Amino acid sequence: MELPNHSPVNFIFPNDHEITWSLLIVIYPYITGLIAGAFVVSALYKVFKIKEFKCIEDFALVAAFCFGLFAALPLLAHLGQPQRALNIFFTPHASSAMSIFGYVYGSYMILLIIELWLVYRPYFILKVNATEGLEQRLWWLLTLGVTIYNPDSAKLDNKLEVFLAGIGIPWACALHGYVGFIFGSVKARAWWATPLQPLIFLLSAIVSGMAILLIMYTFIKWRQGARYDFVMIKKYATILWAVFILDFVLEILEVIFAAYEKGHHWSLIGPLLKGPLFETYVIGQLLILSTIPFFLLGYAALVDVKEKSLLYLANIGSFLLTLQVLLMRYNVVIGGQMVAKSERGFVKFHWDFFSGEGVLVCVAIFVMPFITYYVISQFIPIFEEEEDEITKPVERQARRFRRSLRENR
Amino acid sequence: MRELIPGVNVTDINDIDSKSRREFVKKALSGSALMLLVYAPGAAALHGRGTGWKQMSTEHRYAYVIDIHACIGWGGCIRACKQENHVPDNMFRTWLERYVITEDGEVYVDSPDGGLKGFPPLNDEIQSKTSISFFVPKMCNHCEHPPCVQVCPVGATFKSPEGFVLIDHAHCIGCAYCVQACPYGARFYNTEIGKSDKCSWCYHRVQDGKSPVCVEACPTGARKFGDLLDPDSDVAKILAGRQWAVLKPEVFTSPTCFYISLPHEVV
Repeated sequence: MELPNHSPVNFIFPNDHEITWSLLIVIYPYITGLIAGAFVVSALYKVFKIKEFKCIEDFALVAAFCFGLFAALPLLAHLGQPQRALNIFFTPHASSAMSIFGYVYGSYMILLIIELWLVYRPYFILKVNATEGLEQRLWWLLTLGVTIYNPDSAKLDNKLEVFLAGIGIPWACALHGYVGFIFGSVKARAWWATPLQPLIFLLSAIVSGMAILLIMYTFIKWRQGARYDFVMIKKYATILWAVFILDFVLEILEVIFAAYEKGHHWSLIGPLLKGPLFETYVIGQLLILSTIPFFLLGYAALVDVKEKSLLYLANIGSFLLTLQVLLMRYNVVIGGQMVAKSERGFVKFHWDFFSGEGVLVCVAIFVMPFITYYVISQFIPIFEEEEDEITKPVERQARRFRRSLRENR
Repeated sequence: MRELIPGVNVTDINDIDSKSRREFVKKALSGSALMLLVYAPGAAALHGRGTGWKQMSTEHRYAYVIDIHACIGWGGCIRACKQENHVPDNMFRTWLERYVITEDGEVYVDSPDGGLKGFPPLNDEIQSKTSISFFVPKMCNHCEHPPCVQVCPVGATFKSPEGFVLIDHAHCIGCAYCVQACPYGARFYNTEIGKSDKCSWCYHRVQDGKSPVCVEACPTGARKFGDLLDPDSDVAKILAGRQWAVLKPEVFTSPTCFYISLPHEVV
């Protein structure tokens, strides 16, 4: 295997033998990215008036919230002193890229919660009126004591929702671009240190967030036996395809630029891509998980395919893209640490399944947002399905009420 | 600023005090609303809060000098450091590297167990074509512009006025961002305490007027430590001779660990 700087031996500094940031730090930017992507989808209807996405705006918002709840958990689990985690808020060191993450993430979650509350408060009010006892008290808590809702309230709420979605887009982009900055600003890691990193992270975040939402949407509709909105899926696949093209171009530009430049950067990265990252980056991320979804989604976007084919093309393409982005996170986070700081060798990554930073913990953290989504969906209406699909009279009434208010805005 | 070493600006403590006061006022006036809401006691403001950290006399500015020609790769410095600072196995606050450069320009480097037990003889093949070989002691460079200090999210690691880059273990959250940011591999995540760790130039000993233990253990005087503000100190005299180099100058961290006779092959 070719080693950096043509070293005849794999020399690694004695403190550099372990990959310090392991799989938890791989899924941290992955989950954070899903929030950004999901939020952008929710805003496409609200802000950019893409009417096809009206049916999934609330779904995307709830999903973003669920991912958001667990975005910081991998970081927390990774800390050597998790009991001091909140010190990032209390004693932030402003020159650190990481120190401001707490504020960016925290403020974004507040924005998301306010937006969700505005969307669902009519439903909470209706529930207060339709229930009694303890259940009523719980619903009342969710209304924050505001149980009056009239057309004026609806108008104001709508304005606020659009405003929050409007500032939420740059905020969501900042959140994930910022995660890219955390990596891109580390000059000690050649594979991380590129000014393109924030942009690459941001675009790949939107790709993964959009892709996973489509899979969730399809799964939920399939489980409910409900109708798929094929017009929405077509539009969705087209936008996803376009964003992915941008993402891929930036990813590959960064590498092509370094290869063409043949500088110090490439003396380290070239052997990395030809060696330890060949399977996961060149074969996995580029050849399989980028090329196939590019064609699948491109076909779905450009050709007038049948409904069932559209569903398969969009979902298989999306599924491969979720893996592409996950693998990209692995290739960046782990791959960056594989280049030894001695610049004369590679650090080996050891897969670990059962330790505190192993695969099992990562999977457990990753499924939490989906479980949370399921639990939330048992209490609030997320999709505006047809009335005949709703069995409970209260929910039917709530949905009708909510819809009528929205239409009157 | 006083230029004690040609090309290296070493900030005087008096400059630091007045500068930080000016900067503080500037920041307070021009800072964002967030800065006004949140008291940010990161880095320098945390001084003195940690365990074992107390303000030394500020009339010192320390530096470390390593003479490559003088190092014999014995490993006594590594053993002394391990013992003095209770460094866990397989982790190093200081280590030795052996460089072997062959006639055809190939560079062989090794550091078995950080040079703790010295070095085994070279194999015959490499020995037969060796052009030059030497040992390079490595450690934290206590940089003037330390990226580790810049990235610490809670200000648990900081640059002291006397030139030490220190870690306040009472505040370290164990995120290891500093480990990533150090270009020299000098920092490590100490699994026994769940925090970052590195060479402190034996701050506890220097406080008591002693040298770092590695300097004391070196039988050949390859490691030197002293005060740049004292013109009679060895390090001040050596550095005035301008024949020094630093590791990875291209990363612009301005190390205050200087090397004499450092071949360009050393990274």
